[in-house]
Amino acid sequence: MSTQVSSSSPRTLFDKVWSNHIVRPQTPDTPAVLYIDLHLVHEVTSPQAFSVLRERGLKVRRPDRTMATMDHSTPTTPRNAEGIIPVTDAMASAQLDVMRKNCADFGIPLYDLGTAKQGIVHVIGPEQGFTQPGMTIVCGDSHTSTHGAFGALAFGIGTSEVSHVLATQCLLQNRPQTMAVRVDGRLRAGVTAKDIILAIIAKIGVGGGTGYVFEYMGEAIRALSMEGRMTICNMSIEGGARAGMVAPDDITFNYVAGRPAAPKGADWDQAVAAWRTLPTDEGATFDNEVVLDANTLTPMITYGTNPGMGMAINANVPDPDKLSDVSQKMALDKALKYMALQPGQKLLGKPVDVVFIGSCTNSRITDLREAAKFIQGRKVADNVRVMVVPGSQLVKVQAEAEGLDKIFREAGAEWREAGCSMCIAMNGDQLQPGQYAVSTSNRNFEGRQGKGGRTFLASPLTAAATAVTGVITDPREMVN
Amino acid sequence: MVPLPNNDIDTDQIIPARYLKVTDKNGLGAACFSDWRYNSDGSPKPEFPLNQPQYQGAAVLIGGHNFGCGSSREHAPWALVGAGFKAVVSTYFADIFNGNALKNGLLPIVVDAETHQQLISLSSEDPNAEVSVNLEDQTLTLPDGRAVKFPVDPFSRYCLLNGVDQLGFLFGLDSTINQYEQANPARVMTSA
Repeated sequence: MSTQVSSSSPRTLFDKVWSNHIVRPQTPDTPAVLYIDLHLVHEVTSPQAFSVLRERGLKVRRPDRTMATMDHSTPTTPRNAEGIIPVTDAMASAQLDVMRKNCADFGIPLYDLGTAKQGIVHVIGPEQGFTQPGMTIVCGDSHTSTHGAFGALAFGIGTSEVSHVLATQCLLQNRPQTMAVRVDGRLRAGVTAKDIILAIIAKIGVGGGTGYVFEYMGEAIRALSMEGRMTICNMSIEGGARAGMVAPDDITFNYVAGRPAAPKGADWDQAVAAWRTLPTDEGATFDNEVVLDANTLTPMITYGTNPGMGMAINANVPDPDKLSDVSQKMALDKALKYMALQPGQKLLGKPVDVVFIGSCTNSRITDLREAAKFIQGRKVADNVRVMVVPGSQLVKVQAEAEGLDKIFREAGAEWREAGCSMCIAMNGDQLQPGQYAVSTSNRNFEGRQGKGGRTFLASPLTAAATAVTGVITDPREMVN
Repeated sequence: MVPLPNNDIDTDQIIPARYLKVTDKNGLGAACFSDWRYNSDGSPKPEFPLNQPQYQGAAVLIGGHNFGCGSSREHAPWALVGAGFKAVVSTYFADIFNGNALKNGLLPIVVDAETHQQLISLSSEDPNAEVSVNLEDQTLTLPDGRAVKFPVDPFSRYCLLNGVDQLGFLFGLDSTINQYEQANPARVMTSA
């Protein structure tokens, strides 16, 4: 039968993970039924899904494959004298209470606000060792693509689908296409994983990956830490791809080893042996391919109102009049008007009001170390508010043990509690209308960081350099 | 039909994050395109098509390329449905939005670039221009009588036409799911 042929022919990492999770194959009339190994839940996209279960009298099929946290609508303001993080927004407070009730009623482990392991859902999944190679992972959050860094198939779902997974641990999915995203060469000093992904999105556009699952490969990807790979996979969705994956290797296994949910002893050896079979076979084909040269990359920055409107930090803002496509010209015109930027203008040297270091893209310990190393011995410029928001309580504790909080505080930056913070601006942390921010987050959409706020997306290094000078700064000018 | 031909309309524009603190799906229609639609004092911006009298009651939104990119929030189709829309037309849709829309009776209609341009012109020049949408035979009929075929995921089409509920369908596969689980025991337990 055909199964024999397909199992012996070369397969991609995606093919292997996909076929390992088929409960019922795709037919001309129905999508495949895909089994979900891990379901991550947060307070914003789940209440209506739990309501569906209640209305129908359904249980959560596998609470032991589900975990919940609070991150989006939670404040990151410092704890009060009782050690509590006060929630002053009545609607947010009500939403958090609903999450608590849903988790209690349905038996789902909850990493509640203020507790030791709470944090951004895409930071704590890997941190706890829940995220492992070869798994299928979903969450009602588009940045679920982050977990693909481990060689998992991980993607964001809507709230209806959240109810499907809660009730059945399965999803109806049509098979996506695959795209190889190859990054050859080596990054130069001052250039980071964030710059790679911003360059990829600038190249393909925000819709370029629609319908695809990316597999990131090549020398530059292999050389990255897990945190760097997570930064890249995190922003797959900003290129339109629902998921991005990196083949697991020793860097992956070393990251997973010893984490609370990681396999132990003989189970570990067995797991690693299975994981070693996951990488794409020699000769396997992709539906599409894009290639980038890391040697020529510079720090990147966005100038517009979507993550595809990015350029080398020392380049000039593009001119809409030079675009032949009418709709693209209109989009760029509108973006530059919103950003109050002129065609041909340099961004280097432009004053900003806020620097935000955080989000599921760049709030892990390595991101904070990188920024702190840069800021150490320097002061934050007088004109900027600098917010440093660790991705989880454990990242916060680790950073404090290393003295990073002191470095940030002594330089004049704010050191906050863990959460999504100013990436989503629904928790009290937000830009004021007209303000400019250099942000390590993932979206520069109009109003994303606060109504009327203007976002420049960049790496933690660029953010740190900008924090110190108060103007958009190429970090290479200060390291060299 | 109401034209909103901007490329890459993201779900943060369709429904800004500050409206996501709700715990039900109703009442989001008033906040649909909030930041494009209202001034900071809450007054409507007269130049925004959704505020113009000639477009009131429109059920079809003509968006630009790559409609619905960004966040996975299902609040986006909830808001569009709440604002009275039954279909959005574009040259292509972001994947997550596309799936979310279909689960809420909001039809994402993909047309070729030429038809798309024609619909933008038509709806801009004549606010009373009407198109008819037939999901059964997957056609969009223009005012000049030209019928354009559009693709729809067959299962979503079946569910919409027959009122079949996807959760119910999955729930009906219980024994198949049991078999899968027995053959593939969990490596990761969240409740350890």
